[in-house]
Amino acid sequence: MGPLIANGYIDPAWNNVIALLVGIAFGYILEASGFSSSRKLAGVFYGYDFVVLRVFMTAVMVTMIGLIYFSYMGWIDLSEIFILPTFMTSIVVGGIIMGLGFVMGGYCPGTSFTGVAIGKLDAVFFTGGLYLGIFIFSMIFPWVEKIYYGGEQGPVTVMETFGISRGLFAFLFVIATIMAFLIASIVKKKVKDIEL
Amino acid sequence: MQTKMEDRSNHYINPYFGGVLLGLLLLITIFITGRGLGASGAVKSTVVATVDRVAPAYAQDQGYLKKFISDDNHPMNNWLVFETVGIFVGAFLSGLFAGRVKKFRVEHSPKISVKTRLIFATLGGMLFGFGSQFGRGCTSGAALSGTATFATAGLVSMAMIFGGGYLFAYFFRKLWI
Repeated sequence: MGPLIANGYIDPAWNNVIALLVGIAFGYILEASGFSSSRKLAGVFYGYDFVVLRVFMTAVMVTMIGLIYFSYMGWIDLSEIFILPTFMTSIVVGGIIMGLGFVMGGYCPGTSFTGVAIGKLDAVFFTGGLYLGIFIFSMIFPWVEKIYYGGEQGPVTVMETFGISRGLFAFLFVIATIMAFLIASIVKKKVKDIEL
Repeated sequence: MQTKMEDRSNHYINPYFGGVLLGLLLLITIFITGRGLGASGAVKSTVVATVDRVAPAYAQDQGYLKKFISDDNHPMNNWLVFETVGIFVGAFLSGLFAGRVKKFRVEHSPKISVKTRLIFATLGGMLFGFGSQFGRGCTSGAALSGTATFATAGLVSMAMIFGGGYLFAYFFRKLWI
């Protein structure tokens, strides 16, 4: 049955309308969870606020288990969904640079948009920075092309990488997440609160 | 006696409840479209569209930008661009109901100046934008949607973004604590 658009249940003409509606819900949930505040977001790196960890990891768990359930019920064909291709060199380099940007700027792209929406000028500057960063990347692309295409493995899944079943991976992920929540609670108690 | 509405601007929804809502939204999005959420893609489309508009000859010859230019589709006619317009609308509505929509102001630790905050916000944005191209997506598109769809690239992206944050956190602690 699913994905609904690829299998003709919904006309592709609705694609952009769906995108807009999904975006509204996405922005609403992020803002309502406190993701429009850079100081709340950065808390995850210093132990005074773990909202990022709690929201993010809960969402991943819900989607993973949901996809397994949908697949089990025959509602979705998981071989038809998009799997982000792995370029190992590129993603390691890019991820670390993004982490540096996160701790310097206090936002990531989606959360900075929610900051802009409620009037945070620092979020406006961060978003402007995103534009500049991508523009600079495009200009120097010939020099970084090797890294960009480095470590190509194609659209591999964690089941292939680790040689375990989808269900076992999800189970291990849930256990690891619950441990992370427990550790976060302990750390939060030990770290001095800051006035936001 | 002063009658004043209770200030709700510091009240957020429970983070686990927020996480469940976000997870269900991502699940429904994949169920309908076969793909997850995203954010940095819309900024990339904006870069492609503006460069193509200002200097079309350069854009169409440029190794990176030309990958995203085609004759039969405008770069801004893109799922992630429409989704991102939605993000602004949804966040504005949430902020409005919670009393958080105010005129432009800068949020910063009392220990740093407005100028310092804005400089680091800009630099952070530049690095995040730059890195997101290597990552083929940011926290939403690569880390969240990628990991939830069991993509190895997603899991690595998540580990590197947060790991990278912890790696450098010590050097930027004065900005936050």
